[in-house]
Amino acid sequence: MSCLQTIQDYGLRSLGYGERLLPRGDITLCEQFTLIGSGMIWNVYFGALALMSGFFFAVALAVAKNSRPWITRKPAEWFIFIFRGSPLFIQFFLAYETFVLLPRVGIDINLGFAEITAETRWFARAWLGALIVLFLNTSAYAAEIFYGALRSVPKGDLEAADAYGLTGWTRFRRVVFPTTMRLAWPSYTNEAIFLFHATTLVYFSGFPAFQQKGDALYYAQYFADRTFNPFIPYPIVAGYFVILTLCIIMLFGMINARLNRHLPSETRSKLRYRPNLIR
Amino acid sequence: MFEFCEDPSALETARWFACYLTNGVHFRFYQSFLTVLLLLAITAPVALVFGFAGAMASRSHVAPLRWIGKTYTAMVRGVPDIAFFLFFVIALDQALEWLAHQAACPDWTDPIRQGANFIVCDAAKIPQSNAPQWVHEAYNFSIAVFTFAIVFGAFAANVLFGAMRAVPRAQLETGEAYGMTRRQTFWRILVPQMWIYALPGLSNLWMILIKATPLLFLLGVEDIVYWARELGGSRTSQYQYPHPDWRLWYFLGLLVFYLGMTRISEILLGRLTRRLSRGQATMAGEDQRKAVA
Repeated sequence: MSCLQTIQDYGLRSLGYGERLLPRGDITLCEQFTLIGSGMIWNVYFGALALMSGFFFAVALAVAKNSRPWITRKPAEWFIFIFRGSPLFIQFFLAYETFVLLPRVGIDINLGFAEITAETRWFARAWLGALIVLFLNTSAYAAEIFYGALRSVPKGDLEAADAYGLTGWTRFRRVVFPTTMRLAWPSYTNEAIFLFHATTLVYFSGFPAFQQKGDALYYAQYFADRTFNPFIPYPIVAGYFVILTLCIIMLFGMINARLNRHLPSETRSKLRYRPNLIR
Repeated sequence: MFEFCEDPSALETARWFACYLTNGVHFRFYQSFLTVLLLLAITAPVALVFGFAGAMASRSHVAPLRWIGKTYTAMVRGVPDIAFFLFFVIALDQALEWLAHQAACPDWTDPIRQGANFIVCDAAKIPQSNAPQWVHEAYNFSIAVFTFAIVFGAFAANVLFGAMRAVPRAQLETGEAYGMTRRQTFWRILVPQMWIYALPGLSNLWMILIKATPLLFLLGVEDIVYWARELGGSRTSQYQYPHPDWRLWYFLGLLVFYLGMTRISEILLGRLTRRLSRGQATMAGEDQRKAVA
């Protein structure tokens, strides 16, 4: 079987298209590359969606933690403490057990052109349940980063805003928020990288992989178990993740350049990737 | 445990729970908390030693040694740690068996890798197939500890390498001016001063190590996650203590355990930072000096 044929069969296997049976017996290098690459779709899906939705919640949390009234500050502090203080692995388990206990009901949603039934059992599936956990988790970590940046907005910036007569929402949107982002961006880049790494935990925690539709590491472990040879599948995963990490750094570097475009080029803070550190 | 536990089905709620939570399997569950603490207690110093060796190698003037150090620290960049955990456990196991095979059966002619199989002679099986259960468990545990130490050692090497570079250059030059050798400046000037620079990174690492301990479950050790799943699953009336699916409550218990661990660590590390800042040429050290004066 040619490699092109393998790509056709297994390229979208993680989404449930193509060949149903996973390769067994003699496993070729091409099959390993294709199937693990196909699993990367899930890693990118989880990481990208959690990051994009978590960003807004994280900003809200950071502002809440920085606010004076007890009623907004305390919940934000507790939320951040609980999600940063406990292992993501346990959070996945806990969420799965909770979602399984939900009563099985369907809610009809009329979209105008079509009617779909939202079912509560979707929560126990990885695509929604794990996404929610990752969303909450990354929100907590990012909120702490944004909170730190919010605290270190230079006093001069706020005084300048006052001098211009900016108050409330306008002051936040025009002065505080852009400076916060500028300060927080390098750390936020690291958080994004860790989040993508954390997506590999999904199928190793409570969430089962239905019909062997798993992520990159799930397939890598499948191959390692089949061939008793860890020296091929795991380096492949590593290679895919190095590429993904480089893409993230490039994308965030572009945003960083855009955020700092008003500064002379020498004083711009370069993005420095401080590696390591999972949760 | 208690005398009234003879017939649990006849007990009222409080006593039922007193009996339920003190039965034999639950003691194994409580023991597994000690397993986690033991892992932390062994891994942290070993990883620190690995990290120190890695950082020293990265600073070395001998090129091959420097390459080894750099590769070791670069190894963890950009790759999920869990991939390393899964990889090292099999790789270490096979490496050990291969070495034992070379030593024990030199006249074995068949290839070790036959297609999808990894075959060594019986004498080289680690642990021996007729070994008692606890040997297997201890072997699994030590492989897990070693894997944790390698991975976290690489993280620690990164932190320590940065800390060594953060020590003000003037301090080292002073040492050289006093006629100390390179080795003397390293051990007498650099190492005592670098810890305060390494501490933020190391405490972060400690928190992450705590939060990585549930991964023991993936490495085949009977840890708290294993027992929480095992004990929480629903029990039919055939069992002595029938109950519905309680895994949610067990995992809530684990969550509280981990939150407590991180909270205690935060407090202790805060104290350690204050202690190490004493007499250092940093802002915190300066503040302490002023407060006393």
